[in-house]
Amino acid sequence: MASDRIFGAVATLVALAYIASATQIQTGFMADPVGPRTFPIIIGSVAALCGMVIAIRPDPDPEWPELATLGALALSVIVLIGYAYALKPLGFLLPTAIAAGFLSYQIQPKPVKAVLAGIGLSLGLFLIFKYALGLGLVAVPKSMLG
Amino acid sequence: MDILSNLAMGFGVALSPFTLMLAVIGCFIGTIVGALPGLGPSNGVAILIPITFTVGLDATSALVLMTAVYYGAMYGGRISSILLNIPGDEPALMTTLDGYPMAKAGRAGDALVLSGVASFVGAFLATLGLIVLAPLLARVAFVFGPAEYFALYMLAFATLGGMSSNNQAKAAIASCIGLGIAMIGVDNNSGLPRLTGGNLHLYDGVDFLVAIVGLFAIAEVFFFIESHGKNTSIGVKLDKVTIPWKDIVETKWTMLRCSLIGFIAGVLPGAGASLGSFLSYMTEKSIAGEEGKFGTGVPKGVAAPEAGNNAAAGGALVPMLTLGVPGSGTTAVLLALLMTLNITPGPTLFTERPEVVWGLIASLLIANVVLLLMNVPMVKVFVKILMVPPWVLLPGVTMVSFVGIYSLSGSYFDLLLMVAFGALGFVLRKLDVPTVPIILGILLGGHMEDALRRAMVLSDGEIGYLFSSPISIGLWLVAVAGFVAPMFLRKVLKKPQRITD
Repeated sequence: MASDRIFGAVATLVALAYIASATQIQTGFMADPVGPRTFPIIIGSVAALCGMVIAIRPDPDPEWPELATLGALALSVIVLIGYAYALKPLGFLLPTAIAAGFLSYQIQPKPVKAVLAGIGLSLGLFLIFKYALGLGLVAVPKSMLG
Repeated sequence: MDILSNLAMGFGVALSPFTLMLAVIGCFIGTIVGALPGLGPSNGVAILIPITFTVGLDATSALVLMTAVYYGAMYGGRISSILLNIPGDEPALMTTLDGYPMAKAGRAGDALVLSGVASFVGAFLATLGLIVLAPLLARVAFVFGPAEYFALYMLAFATLGGMSSNNQAKAAIASCIGLGIAMIGVDNNSGLPRLTGGNLHLYDGVDFLVAIVGLFAIAEVFFFIESHGKNTSIGVKLDKVTIPWKDIVETKWTMLRCSLIGFIAGVLPGAGASLGSFLSYMTEKSIAGEEGKFGTGVPKGVAAPEAGNNAAAGGALVPMLTLGVPGSGTTAVLLALLMTLNITPGPTLFTERPEVVWGLIASLLIANVVLLLMNVPMVKVFVKILMVPPWVLLPGVTMVSFVGIYSLSGSYFDLLLMVAFGALGFVLRKLDVPTVPIILGILLGGHMEDALRRAMVLSDGEIGYLFSSPISIGLWLVAVAGFVAPMFLRKVLKKPQRITD
């Protein structure tokens, strides 16, 4: 119940914000009868309506994970965001080994296996991508070698 | 004769040694992808599209490879359904109902071979249906104006939303999320940016591949983290694999009937493979009656959903190729592939680029035969692949997704978006909001708005123009029916729940 009420309310608010920003879209001088604003406003309105329906008539709550699992999920998201930023400056091998090892540990908390999975995936995927598929990946940036 | 000469041209395109090799590789990879628990046809094909694109294959080769992967994944999906009771995607759910009990009764090999043959029959007949029906529909589609297209898009969203969710409002809001995201970026008509919040990265819009990989693959990783990979133990041992001729002969009518049902369900835009396998299973169940013992591991219960599912996958290609409107999650991913290759599906595709259409159809036929030959003798090899533990598999999937998306644009921003879509997908699926309409919305949003705007230019802003032709009125009526009817039918057509042991 509560989940759907929150989701419906959030969806409605986001939809209203979407409509508000859609009204700010600049129109060019070559205007057609519909213009660039109308369709986004229609979508926003339908979404707002649906959000309200969901908030008023909620489904039963899903089974949310425990707090510890939620923490693990949040941490995984943070690691993935860090991985996204690290991929370019630090090269492929190091960030991949860390991120893959971390995810592996989250799925099955066995440290040794996780480390092996991280190193194995990092090296294995690098070889496949670089030499079998010919993608231009950088293993380790030059600045870190010297 | 027209069809035969076209088909000959298609085989001319698809039967070169190089493309044939790609088809074999694609089938092999596809079966593996489908068999791995947690990777179904849609997310499997999704993570491979960016990689294919970067490797630099030409359009036909890429198409042959990816359709082979797609069909292979449909085949492979049944392996984890039958042996592990884990459906790779929604349509495969029906296969678990009889496949898993049959495997537990010691007939895992028989179930695998039988379902392989049923998949072959369904997919083969559906491809024949596609060959006959698609050119006809393409001719009809030529009279479609913008008003008809707008109505057609409405129909696709309405039926997909109606069928794929238990709650109409949630399905509709999913479509809106997709359409809303599609609006971001530079407006085609005025050339001015819309809804970018001033972020330069968003001027090109949100790449649908980023959304697909995020919603399908990354979200799946989060689900595995939540469950700590618990429900992935090997359930059933596979001993000797022989060909169960008796079962195949006994289920021949079942396969034919279900292929027809599945094909029709697949052709309906938005309905897709889930409906195909569901209707086939339910029809066969009611034909067999109480004595049929459906649900206890009978051969017919294995053959029916597999034939229906694969026939629907073929049928779903009809609206996708002729109208540019996909019928299911997996065809939406294939549409994304075509759009990545700069091929716009629609009636003009059949006249302007016949080599693509017929090359695709020929490669479907080739892939199908390769898969049957590969699957029966090599099923043991694929079963070995199920042993890959989730703590290696899922990090691997994540890294492949990252590399794929990163090699598309080389920007960290797309990777961040992908992670965001993954988190969004996790929350939405928890809340029982379907994610396929989001993909469809992102893919079709631009076209849908264009259709509306061109219709309004033609009619000078007269709204009634949208409902002025018999075709568009018909489409609107079906759209409303497709959205509203499931609310009342839900009580009658209750989905069988997954069996738990």
